[in-house]
Amino acid sequence: MSGRKLSASDRALRWLCAAAVLVPIAVLSSLLVSVALVGFTQLDAEVLAAVGGALRDSVYLGLLSAGLAVPLGVGAAIGLEQYGARATWAELLDAKVAVLAGVPSVIYGLLGLELFARALSSGRGLLAGALTIALLVSPMIFVASREALRGVSASQREAGLALGGTRWQIVRHVVLPMAIPGIVSGTILAVARALGSAAPLLVLGGFAAARVAPEAADPLAVLPVRIFSWIAGPAREGAGGNAAAGSFVLMVVCLGLHGLALVIRGRSTGPREAEA
Amino acid sequence: MSEAEAKIRTRGLSAWFGARPVLRDIDIDIDARGVTAIIGPSGCGKSTFIRCINRLHEMTRGARMSGKILVDGVEIQGPEVDPVALRRRIGMVFREPNPFPAMSIRDNVLAGLILNHGRPSRARGDEIVEAALRQAALWTDLRDRLGAPGTSLSSGQQQRLCIARTLALEPEIVLMDEPCSALDPVASAKIEDLLHELRERYTVVIVTHNMQQAARVSERAAFFLDGELIEYADTDTIFTAPLDKRTEDYITGKFG
Repeated sequence: MSGRKLSASDRALRWLCAAAVLVPIAVLSSLLVSVALVGFTQLDAEVLAAVGGALRDSVYLGLLSAGLAVPLGVGAAIGLEQYGARATWAELLDAKVAVLAGVPSVIYGLLGLELFARALSSGRGLLAGALTIALLVSPMIFVASREALRGVSASQREAGLALGGTRWQIVRHVVLPMAIPGIVSGTILAVARALGSAAPLLVLGGFAAARVAPEAADPLAVLPVRIFSWIAGPAREGAGGNAAAGSFVLMVVCLGLHGLALVIRGRSTGPREAEA
Repeated sequence: MSEAEAKIRTRGLSAWFGARPVLRDIDIDIDARGVTAIIGPSGCGKSTFIRCINRLHEMTRGARMSGKILVDGVEIQGPEVDPVALRRRIGMVFREPNPFPAMSIRDNVLAGLILNHGRPSRARGDEIVEAALRQAALWTDLRDRLGAPGTSLSSGQQQRLCIARTLALEPEIVLMDEPCSALDPVASAKIEDLLHELRERYTVVIVTHNMQQAARVSERAAFFLDGELIEYADTDTIFTAPLDKRTEDYITGKFG
């Protein structure tokens, strides 16, 4: 029987698949548990104050950069959507931005250093940092928004056209309301990634701050930068504990944002499909 | 039928997807009142034909057409004709029911108005919704749940909601592209009942691959094959005494 012959390789493949699923889960959960154990035990008033300050800076930077990147990324995606599938240049632009979304974040740091900190001489402060992070996340927001907008089926657009809607009216009343959950969750994921990335900010000036004056107030010394400085900076008492606690908080924040994105995305499809 | 009575006239209508021709040189006069059925096997160009009438065909990438289409004697390809305004006069119902998921039943009915003019006043909206849902035989079923999402209905009700949405714009012509192909027989029968009402008020052109349905609902029928109009006559004639051998073969189920 052919079924029996196949079953050996079938079984091997099944084990392989199971391993592929289980290994990352095991690695991730052991990481979570160890960071949580170490970080949680280190939490005392002093550590909380240090981590809290860095977290506050992270939130400022995150909000400011999202405020800059969301209008840019979402706006560009909606603007392009109007041209529909007809424009070849829209496709080219899509491909270009997709490449931008894949550029390593440290490169954005160099760009930010050159463009914002030096050329615009806005200094290495919060604004330069936020502009740099905005550049980093806006392609990701654009790509996520384009996907969400394109996920709206052609039959919905045709229905809008057949009712005498213009392209813009259809985008505004039909396509956008259906795409919003996808756009919001994609934006949250992009911002979560930016919150966790230290590289561009280190390039932008956080590195000097981290090495020279690990505890000095600096708007770019956000949580991941602080963690870096606690680990890489001059060995001092409490730095290890701060790093562990900071990592724990950063992980909770990022996982929380990912969870939120999942909930928003799930909500958009779940109940409706159940009702249909 | 005299030419003056024709609501829709095409002369030398041809259409392509890229380099591939889908319609060749179609000349047809469609009567203002009653139901005209477009029949033929899959891929014969019947859907493309009605999609040319509301200029939806040209919205597909790589699609183009040539020849003339006249509605009430006015050429709809002319530069002075706005395709968006044209589509408000020529409604379309699609193969798959496609109510807008992000809108309530009420807003689905008003969608055409919301798209074009913004939301009508509460009272005016109520009036339009009731009239359109009555015409689509949905009013008694749905009057108490107008706030529910349009996609919460059965697929037959969804399709009738799409018909109501089309009628709310008070079109002159209603194009239907195999409106029953995704529905069960009971839901299909309800749509056919509806067609008997609609024929009094609108020019209805229905594409169907269902011979019995064409025979039941239409006054006139056009048989398309490989992008050509083979025969166009009273439905009775087409089904009982077709002139062309190919029509007869198709009707009697020898192919297709």
